[in-house]
Amino acid sequence: MSLLSDLVNLDLSSSTEKIIAEYIWIGGSGVDLRSKARTLPGPESDPSKLPKWNYDGSSTNQAPGEDSEIIIYPQAIYKDPFRRGNNILVMCDAYTPQGDPIPTNKRHNAAKIFSHSDVIAEEPWFGIEQEYTLLQKDVKWPIGWPIGGYPGPQGPYYCGTGADKAFGRDIVDAHYKACLYAGINICGTNGEVMPGQWEFQVGPSEGIAAGDQVWVARYILERITEIAGVVLSFDPKPIPGDWNGAGAHTNYSTKSMRSDGGFDVIRKAIGKLEKRHKEHMAAYGEGNERRLTGKHETADMNNFKWGVANRGASVRVGRETEKANKGYFEDRRPSSNMDPYVVTSMIAETTIIWQP
Amino acid sequence: MSRVTDFINLSLNSSTIVAEYIWIGGSGLDLRSKARTLSTPIDDPQKLPKWNYDGSSTGQAHGNETEVILYPQAVFKDPFRRDNSILVLCDAYNSFEDPIYTNKRFNAAKIFGHPDVVREAPWFGIEQEYTLLQKDTKWPLGWPQGGFPSPQGPYYCGVGAEKAFGRDIVDAHYKACLYAGITIGGVNAEVMPGQWEFQVGPSPGLTAADELWVARYILERVAEIAGVIVSFSSKPVPGDWNGAGAHTNYSTKSMRKEGGYEAIEKAIKKLELRHKEHIASYGEGNEDRLTGNHETADINTFSWGVATRGASIRVGRETAKERKGYFEDRRPGSNMDPYVVTSMIAETTILWKP
Repeated sequence: MSLLSDLVNLDLSSSTEKIIAEYIWIGGSGVDLRSKARTLPGPESDPSKLPKWNYDGSSTNQAPGEDSEIIIYPQAIYKDPFRRGNNILVMCDAYTPQGDPIPTNKRHNAAKIFSHSDVIAEEPWFGIEQEYTLLQKDVKWPIGWPIGGYPGPQGPYYCGTGADKAFGRDIVDAHYKACLYAGINICGTNGEVMPGQWEFQVGPSEGIAAGDQVWVARYILERITEIAGVVLSFDPKPIPGDWNGAGAHTNYSTKSMRSDGGFDVIRKAIGKLEKRHKEHMAAYGEGNERRLTGKHETADMNNFKWGVANRGASVRVGRETEKANKGYFEDRRPSSNMDPYVVTSMIAETTIIWQP
Repeated sequence: MSRVTDFINLSLNSSTIVAEYIWIGGSGLDLRSKARTLSTPIDDPQKLPKWNYDGSSTGQAHGNETEVILYPQAVFKDPFRRDNSILVLCDAYNSFEDPIYTNKRFNAAKIFGHPDVVREAPWFGIEQEYTLLQKDTKWPLGWPQGGFPSPQGPYYCGVGAEKAFGRDIVDAHYKACLYAGITIGGVNAEVMPGQWEFQVGPSPGLTAADELWVARYILERVAEIAGVIVSFSSKPVPGDWNGAGAHTNYSTKSMRKEGGYEAIEKAIKKLELRHKEHIASYGEGNEDRLTGNHETADINTFSWGVATRGASIRVGRETAKERKGYFEDRRPGSNMDPYVVTSMIAETTILWKP
């Protein structure tokens, strides 16, 4: 198969100026990613200079057959770790031909919030901890788990090493380097409490970039699992019972929180989040009620509580932040299948713009 | 196998090159090729020697007159041998210099050489769909033996091991075509799992068809390396599974300039009047695909519309808005001959009078 790899890895720079751009968008479920590629005449690094494109929305549950064109607008460019050279990945959002964002386009509204002058002034930073589970392809059972059975109970797997404790590290490591290559602000990875479950973190990124980077990191991850013949799941509770769920804890700070005495601002912000707990929970991911039970390092879905170093809370403030009297806090409520455009913009909107 | 690969990838130091001559076989769809050594790099098809092959082995010659002569018509860089080696697309003639029956390029070249057609500078963009099949069972790649995957929905432009089957073939093909000098415009995963599409163009007249044939050849070579079969059948799996087409996008100078929408409407009207003739030349087995379901128009009815995928001909929103541009003939099957389809569209819309 090395002849096939030779072709996949062909370096075209000596034979043509042309590049390949892979346009990525979010499909009809709000979680499925779609992409297709086109040839461009030369290298490009400015998304506003890339041509808009369109796709068949009737095939992704986003438009009827009689009027099926959906237009995608390029919003962010990353280097393509699969095609390399000058080839690129282009994160897009979707509009009707009349120029209105389609219902699954959550980026449009997030961009509005992040361009509000009060929000810009506060320079909101996000660090998102994306958890996910790897499943065996034909049986949809976690990798490394015996067919028709379970591995030994949780305990040895968190940050574990060894063939009986870490399942799928090659995918995780390939993803880490591929994201760094692409220009994604990936800041770390670790094996999670449930065997076959992993986490990567993106950030700190400012404003809308956080959402773009998480989506493209998810895309790169699914391309790698595709190569590895393994299925990627963002389900927040993939296995019922005494097995951890998967979340997308969102760490957050503003300029005020990061300045001296910022802990006060943090307290105020958390107070506002408490008042809008129900609204946030409704937007924090499908199926989250199966995960947020009060057990397995979660807070019960219906109650808001916060604390320092408390993993059983809705919002956790790190000891370092408490000690320095400034820093950031962690919203532990979002599930792994949340939309980062929705969550990041909602946190910014509630804490900066919203008045109780 | 790496030692074998080392030899395949050996760089030839001298000026010696290898030329792979490609032609279309007796079925009108099967591609054939053989290679010869040339002592010096050549990129002009007119300067390449004519060659010949055994037509009795490809269903293209009868009795004692078995030699079929190959005339080089287009040269591309060879992505498999690289260095200065080339792929040479040929068409086939008998020893009396007449095109043999399966040589559809000859007639297409006459149409594209007609001064009225030359003046209109016709461009074509062809969307070639195809299905990848497992080698021994001929069942689509990624489908379970003796069964079916879950219904269509997640596969169009999809990502992931349970949604996209054979991407390495698609990506290898994309780069190989770019390397070869083919105007490949893009690729995407199709609605049926294991089905893919690539686009060639926009290219003028005869070039579009030459490029499509060589792109098909490169695809079959890549799939051969991968141990997978390429099918151009227009309805590979009966039932609630999309067929495979070769939608042909088309424009002329008149259509591309200001107010060109009028020329588009006139052209579509002419195509409607010759619907039966076109359909007869748009590929074998197309009646299984053009049912009116699965984003096709019924084979017996001609219809056209803006942005509608259930029509014979679709005009894009952009073209309707700008009042100029191009249109898409959605009728050709994936196994169509691009020489026939492109020249027929040009002939009907530019030369033919109702």
